[in-house]
Formats: sequence, structure tokens, C-alpha cells
Amino acid sequence: MTDDAIGLPRNPDPRPDNQDPALFGQTPWQTVGPFFHYGLPWKGGADLVGGSDIGARTDLFPEEHDVLHLAPPRGPVRGKTIALVGTVRDGEGRPVPDAMIEIWGANAAGRYHGAADDREDVALDPGFIGFGRAAVSAEGSFRFLTVKPGPVPIQVGGNRWQAPHIAVGVFGRGLIKRLVTRVYFADADGNEEDPILARVPEARRHTLIAPRIGADPPTYRFDIVLSGEGETVFFAL
Amino acid sequence: MPDARPYRAEDPGQPPSLFPPYRSTALRSPRQPLVRVPQTLTEITGPAGTWEALMGPALADLTRHARGSGEAIGQRIIVSGRVLDEDARPVPDTVVEIWQANAAGRYIHRNDQWNAPLDPNFTGTGRVVTDAQGRYRFTTIRPGAYPWGNHRNAWRPAHIHLSLLGPAFATRLVTQLYFPDDPLIEIDPIANAVPRPYRNRLVARFDIDTTAPNHALGYVFDIVLRGRDATPWEP
Ligand SMILES: [Fe+2]
Repeated sequence: MTDDAIGLPRNPDPRPDNQDPALFGQTPWQTVGPFFHYGLPWKGGADLVGGSDIGARTDLFPEEHDVLHLAPPRGPVRGKTIALVGTVRDGEGRPVPDAMIEIWGANAAGRYHGAADDREDVALDPGFIGFGRAAVSAEGSFRFLTVKPGPVPIQVGGNRWQAPHIAVGVFGRGLIKRLVTRVYFADADGNEEDPILARVPEARRHTLIAPRIGADPPTYRFDIVLSGEGETVFFAL
Repeated sequence: MPDARPYRAEDPGQPPSLFPPYRSTALRSPRQPLVRVPQTLTEITGPAGTWEALMGPALADLTRHARGSGEAIGQRIIVSGRVLDEDARPVPDTVVEIWQANAAGRYIHRNDQWNAPLDPNFTGTGRVVTDAQGRYRFTTIRPGAYPWGNHRNAWRPAHIHLSLLGPAFATRLVTQLYFPDDPLIEIDPIANAVPRPYRNRLVARFDIDTTAPNHALGYVFDIVLRGRDATPWEP
């Protein structure tokens, strides 16, 4: 005998939820909250050239619950390794200890990983993906090791170029949704002609341009101010 | 040539960055308007297909992989659904990262000072990758509600944190799944940062067909990422 055959009652009292066709659309953002450290950053997430486990905060949960992945070493990465360092601050200038940073960059030749960049005249680097994630320290600071990306076109097939840059996403407790920005390099060519920088009010452009503050490896400082005086430029995509 | 169309802008269901009832947004949200920029190759590319190398292998049963040898305590549940774009097309091969409190509402995190018990057999983190139809599925424990310091007698509704990258930098999403019939949703500042009726997009549906007999209750929760805009951006 089937369930239907015994006449199971079903008397729905519908209320709107995720499955309501009338509500279909973008799933809304919600904050990562303060406790993302054992769910999101992996060991080595901030080291895009491989070889270290920076990026995770294993001090924030007991070892017996440690399920964070340790990114395996990849092949040698082409190009010059750089460090990208900075501190996240709030609207009163205080460091934000529970933020998380993600970066996305092209390889040293200017090619992005993935099918959406299929240019065959610019080489992929099998050792380099270009995506990184770091939980900031108790002092609000982060440090990525990556390569300085090459210049990339605005679009595949186009001949207008962007200056070397890395896309940045900022997450954290108190950030309901990601804030998106970009880091450019003070010593790179092309910043003056960059089409995205050109859309940023000139007085605020400096918040996106990282000075070189160290030599071995070349180290660039990109401080992030979430709110108020000196606020970093954030983008609507 | 690959598809160079940009992804659509936020729809009206997206919350603002500044929502004063969620107090910590006050000092952590921009005061300047966002600078609207076109999506370039940078924003329409992403690290697709690299999840295992970056984050590690799938952990689809959160009740099993803690180092403790026993069973996690609480109501066992299955959460399943599809990851779609705004045209209801499946988003295959994309990672869904998961973290949550245990059945008592306690996170293993050292900064979680609430005195609800930890469960040695439950860590509360996992990740799954969508199949060719955009489907995902994981098994876990229904999390408990927990208090927080936002205001007097503030309690977060039971929720599961979900993080998705999608096909591109532009499609990134971090959200929270809530449960039907939770009376805390309507007084929660974080859920209410999402205007109604869109807040209800965050509420999973109980589903008897997802429910596994003699094993676990089932909930369905589809996740919709930004879809493509109609026309490419011309510089
Ligand atoms: Fe939470």
C-alpha cells in the first residue's frame, strides 16, 4: 500500500519562503559575522605563490576542531613575488580585528585563470591561480604573497588596457555585504591612463594606489579605511 | 570568444551596507557613495574549478568529520538545493562553503563567550561543490539560536552561514540560511537589513521529499547568484 493509498492528509498553509516563485531573484547578502575563522580562510590562503600557511587564524579555535585545509604546494610561479600588506580600520581609525580580505589577480603576464580569459597569446601559469583569502590579525592587518600582475585588457579581444591591479573584497563583522575595491601599484606604468582609476574622483584616487614600502620581497602597503576620514574608494559593480 | 557580458547590478532585495539597527555597521560602512565602474575582464573572471586545490576536498557531512569519535548531538538535517543565476540557469561546479553553530547555538570559536555547551563531535564547517545541474546537498545538525551583544536581549535566529564564489569575481555571495517558523527572524537586525518581502528569500523550506526516512529532516534552499546583463559594456 502506498502512502497516498492510506490517505495521508496534507493541508498546506503556505507562507513566503525561498521556494516561492514570486520571490525568485538574487539571494541577499548577509554578514560573515565574527566567527568565520574556522569556516572560510584556509592555511596558505594568503600565499598565492605557495610555500607558507599564512592567511588562517588557527589561534581562534581549538586544535581538535581544526578542519582547515592546507593548500598543497604548487609548481614554481612565474614573475616577481611581492608582498601586499595593510591594516583595516573603522570610522574612528581603530583597527578592525575581525575582517577578512580576498584578492583576485592576473598572473605576471596579465592572464586570468579560468575560461572567461581565453587569450592564447598570453600564457597561463600552471603554478598560479590568482585567488587569495586572509583573515586579518588581532591588530587588523593582513599580508599576502603574490606576484605583481601584468597589464590586462578591459575585455578579451580589445586593445585598451588597464594598469596592473588586483581586485579586493572586504568582509567582516559589521559588513552586511562585501565591499569591493582595487589595489594599484605606485611604481607601475599606466596608472594615469587606467579607465577605472579615471572614474574615481582625483582627490580620492590615492586610496587605491599602494606605495612600495620594502624591498625583499617588494612590499606594497594597501591600508583599508572602511568609513569616514580617508575612506577607501569602494566600487559598485 | 568568451562571454564578455557583465553581471547584473544588485537587485532591490540586497541589503544596504549601513543598517543602524545592526549597530556595528555604523563605523564599518562607507559614507561616500560607491563609485560605479564597468565590469572589466578582472570582474568577469574568477577561480572556477580550483576549489579542491584551494580549500580542500568536499566535507558534505558535518555530523561526521569532527575528531571526536561519537555522534554529533542535535536534530540531524539535510540541506539541499540548487545554485542558479537570475535566469534560473544552473551554476555548476561552484563551491558552497558552510559554517554554523552547534545544536546549542555555540560556535567552537574562541571568541564565542556564551556558556552554552560545546559538542566534541561537532565542528560546524563543511563545503560542497554543485553538480552539473547546480545541485548541492549536505548533512548537518540544526543549529541553535544564540544571544549577541547588539542590544538588550538580542538573539540571532538559528542560521547556517553559506559562502559562494560563482563563476566570477562579480558573483561572490555570502549569506545566511534561516529556518521556517523561527520567531526570531522578524526581530533580528541582520535578517531585517534585507527589506521585505525579499527577506523571505533567506528562509529555507521544510521538504518531506528531501527528508531521509529514519535519518534526517530535509530542507530546500536555492541560491541565486547574479546573472548576466543583456549587453556587453562598450568602453
Ligand atoms: Fe552566526
